[in-house]
Order: sequence, then C-alpha cells, then structure tokens
Amino acid sequence: MTTPLHRYRIVQWIDYRLPIFSWANEHLVEYPAPRNLNYWWNFGSLAGIMLVVQIVTGIVLAMHYTPHVDYAFNSTEHIMRDVEWGWMMRYLHANGASMFFVVVYIHIFRGLYYGSYKSPREILWWMGVIILFLMMGASFLGYVLPWGQMSFWAATVITNLISAIPWIGETLVQWLWGGFSVDNPTLNRFYSLHYLLPFLLCAVVFLHLWALHHRKSNNPLGIDIKSPKDTIPFSPYYTSKDMVGLGVMLFVLAIFVFYLPNFFGESINYIKADPLVTPPHIVPEWYFLPYYAILRAVPDKLGGVIAMVAAIAILFVLPWLDTSKVRSARFRPIYKQFFWIFLADCLVLGWVGANPPEGSFIWIGQICSIYYFAHFLIIMPLLGKFERTKPLPESIHQAVLDKKGGADASGAPPGTSQGTSAGGTP
Amino acid sequence: MADTASESDQASPEGEETRRDFLILAAGAMGTIAAIGVVWPLIETMNPSADVLALSSTEVDISGIEVGQSITVKWRGKPVFIRRRTQEEIDAARAVPLSDLSDEESDEARVQKAEWLILVGVCTHLGCIPLGNKLGDPRGDFGGWFCPCHGSHYDTSGRIRQGPAPNNLAVPEYEFLDDTLVRIG
Repeated sequence: MTTPLHRYRIVQWIDYRLPIFSWANEHLVEYPAPRNLNYWWNFGSLAGIMLVVQIVTGIVLAMHYTPHVDYAFNSTEHIMRDVEWGWMMRYLHANGASMFFVVVYIHIFRGLYYGSYKSPREILWWMGVIILFLMMGASFLGYVLPWGQMSFWAATVITNLISAIPWIGETLVQWLWGGFSVDNPTLNRFYSLHYLLPFLLCAVVFLHLWALHHRKSNNPLGIDIKSPKDTIPFSPYYTSKDMVGLGVMLFVLAIFVFYLPNFFGESINYIKADPLVTPPHIVPEWYFLPYYAILRAVPDKLGGVIAMVAAIAILFVLPWLDTSKVRSARFRPIYKQFFWIFLADCLVLGWVGANPPEGSFIWIGQICSIYYFAHFLIIMPLLGKFERTKPLPESIHQAVLDKKGGADASGAPPGTSQGTSAGGTP
Repeated sequence: MADTASESDQASPEGEETRRDFLILAAGAMGTIAAIGVVWPLIETMNPSADVLALSSTEVDISGIEVGQSITVKWRGKPVFIRRRTQEEIDAARAVPLSDLSDEESDEARVQKAEWLILVGVCTHLGCIPLGNKLGDPRGDFGGWFCPCHGSHYDTSGRIRQGPAPNNLAVPEYEFLDDTLVRIG
C-alpha cells in the first residue's frame, strides 16, 4: 500500500518503522465505500467532529473552571465575562452538546431506516448504543458543573433515580454523592468523571470504527458490496461529501452560538444553586425529554426508572427483534411507514416530556410510551414474518447504472423492474 | 524440553486434577483476591468522608415557633421541616384510617411530641423539596406538603397520599434536649 507521499524518503523511513502513512491511506483514502451513499451517511463523521469540538473547547474551559460549590458558579461567570473568548468557548461547548445529540440522533434514525444494525453489524451497533449511553452520562455530568439551580436540581433528581433500586439504592446514592445530598464532593467527582468520559468515548468510537471498517459501511440499498465496482475510494469522494455536511452543520451551530446561545438553556440556571429551594418547574435538556416522558408515564418509582433505561437498552437486542432479512426500508413498504410513525412517537414523547405531568399529557405520554416499546417488541418481530418486501437489486453498481439510465428519479428502488431478489426476500 | 514438560504436567486420561490445575487455580484465586483488594479502596474513596460524617448532627432552638408555623433547617445538606402543628392538623392526621395510606404508618409513630412534626424535607420520589413550609405555599390536597416536580401530595403527618412518591417523608433521628432545644441526627 503506497501513497503519493511515499516518494519522500522521510515518509518511507517512518512508514517502515511505524506504518501510519499506510494505515491512513488504507482507512482514510483508499477505503472502499459503497458508491451510493447519500447525505444521511454524513452524520457519522459529523458526530466524530462534534466529539473533537467538545474535547477541544472542554480542555480550554477546564483551565478556567473551579469545581467547588463556592466557586463553580462564579468561575463559570468569570469564563463568560473575563476570560478572553471565554463566552465563545462556553457557548460552543454548551450548544455543541446539543449539536452532538442532533447529529447522533439523526445517525441512529438513519441506521434504523436502512437496517444498519443487522448482521454482520450487530457489534458495530452495540458500540453505537454504548456511545449514546456515555454521551448521556457526559452531558448530564457537564450540565451540573455550572452549579446553577437547574444544575443542582437535575443532579438531585437524576441521582435519586438510583435510589429506586431495592435494598442497596440508598447506600449507592450516598456513595455516588459522597455525602447525604448533592454537595461539594458530588460536584468534585462529577467534574473528574466529566473529564474521564470523553476518553472512554474515544475508545468506544475507535471500536465502532474498527467494526465499521472491518465489515464496511451499509448503504441505502442495504445490499452487500459484491465487487470493487460497487465501491469508490473514501477520499476524495466521501471526504468532500462530508465537507458539505460539515459546512451546513457548522453554519447551524454558529447560528445558535452567536445569535441564540441560551436557546436550549434554562434562565434559572443563571441563579446559583440553592439546596433548600426547588425551582417550580424542573425539566431536563431537550435530548433527554423522550426518556423523561417514559419515566413519568409509569406511576411507580422503580418501574419508571426501569422503563426509562429499557427504552435505550432495548436497542441492544434490536438486531434480533427485527426478523426481516431485508435491511433497507426502501424495500420494506410497511416498515417504512412504521418507521415514520415511530419517529413521530419519539417526537411526541419529547413534547410530553417538556410539559408538566397534568391533564391529557399524562395519558398521551402513557400511550406513546407503550407504543415505543410495542414498536420494538411487537411490530418489528411480526413485520419480518408478514411483510412482503420488494425485490432487491442485483448489485449496488447495477442499481446506480439503472438509475443513471433515467428510468426512475423518484428514489424508488431501481431494481424493481428486474425482479431479482438476491438478498433472500421471503 | 517440551517433552519433559508434557510428560510431567499432562492431564491424566481419567481427568484427575494435576499439579498444573492446582497451580492455575491457586494463582487465579490469589490474582482475583489481589484485584479485589485494589478495587475496594478505590471504590471506598467515593463514600462520605470523615469530615462529611462529622457534620451529621445539628441543634435547633424551637422556642420561637408559634402554633401553626413551620421552619426549615439544614441538616446533612438537606432541609429538615419542623412544624408546630395545630390541634386540627393533629386530629386530621390521626383520623385517617391506616388502610387509606400507601405507606402505612400511624401519626403516633412519626412524632415524639404530638405538637412537633419533624421531617426530612426531601420528596421520596426524586429528591425535590416539597412546598408547604412557607406562608402562602401550596400545601397540596391533604394540608401538608406538595411537591412541585412530579405532583406528590403529603398530609399533615408528612405521609404520602397521592402522586408518584413511594414513601412518607422520612423522620430523621432526633432528640429533645429540653423543651426548646432539639438535636437532629
């Protein structure tokens, strides 16, 4: 494996001893990617870039922040007012967290639509679910650090979820707090853990990418790569395509950072934490709202916590709950509809989570929570058995060439006319 | 060399334990114990430290509280509610049949002196501070406290009557040192 760089003797010398140039060439340049990837495939690399943005801004913020109950709030304001560019670093970090979740959620729903979790990508998918859990942990811990009212009460409510565990819950919470309530030891360790989680994230991202590059990307048709004709090199084709998405994402991020920096925040978090006064309306960050709605839908403390955790953990077994042999929703006319219903269900759950648990929000939340689980536990297993899937195209390049022939511009499967079903359509 | 090793350490055909099995087991067990020994102190460091534990009792002067009034004091970083109950409030708490309660506890068991109700002011659902200790706060449907976070109602004995909280407001350990001084913790 040689690159244009290999004509330099210094590159040869290094590469002979540590093959970083060959490795980069193999995984970033010549890496064979399916030739039909659409823009929904941008979001993986966008998520990776957001992780880097969070780490870089976070390192800088950590240089000016003090994790102590007497200084945390003030040092955050010190960053905002006195530190050179501090306001921008903090707004980038806070809005960057939201941006990170936006691209990761789109990335996940892309995986759901195109069946990217199916064999042989189950472990790749698991790593993704672990990444989601770690992200949620990191964002929660980070939200506590400014030590405003919402920080404090979010920490109190979320850590109290653990007290729902029978027998050991209370002991476990005190161990986590390092005291009898959320206090200085809690803030201190949350800061330590907030700095730790990105390292773990990087490690799991590495495994995620390792699995990806081992079995290669899925694609909008959901059929396997069969010959080199089905692929194009990652660079320049997808590096440049990713740059387009990156431009759009940074544009959106910039709008929030510079014009709406507190759009996702709660104004009450600019009041210093007071352990004796709970704000009248506690609401989590937007990316937790659907889970929060599921938590509140169950009228039992332990049951609610179990349901909330299960809502994400169920993704681990999704590759086996989905019994269909066809990956892409393009060839699954009924699943395609249920996919959009499921997406709507998640959005409604988010809306319910943002509202107080009163009146019709209660039963709407309960129905949507039941549907959320029914989608995975009932609809997915049954669809695989009863759905009549459309015939799959013979190969990726054949489908691309057919489409180029101009028969079909609607995005409907180009292979339908051929009637071939290579992928085991029932 | 390989031959001698396989001769002396080979598993016997009958599947009897060999010296190698014993060594693997013993070394593995020692390794596991050592690992636990390393992890244990690491986990223990996160428990409440000695100075945190040392602050775990507080003395309160209650002479200034009129009948019907409540005060909030801080104990272990949490609010403690001290309410000097009116006779009606006591009667209301004692008139409730135990079968109406989800966490069955009689009012008598929750107070040392009927007039003084002392509670940890932390909702047993997810740890918010219930409203009802200040004048003008909503006190919920049962005249005690109301948690604004997820809508739990507590009665005049601090018992859960309606909402997601699983338990009554906790009664801390306390002791009347004399008529006007109480030590909590």
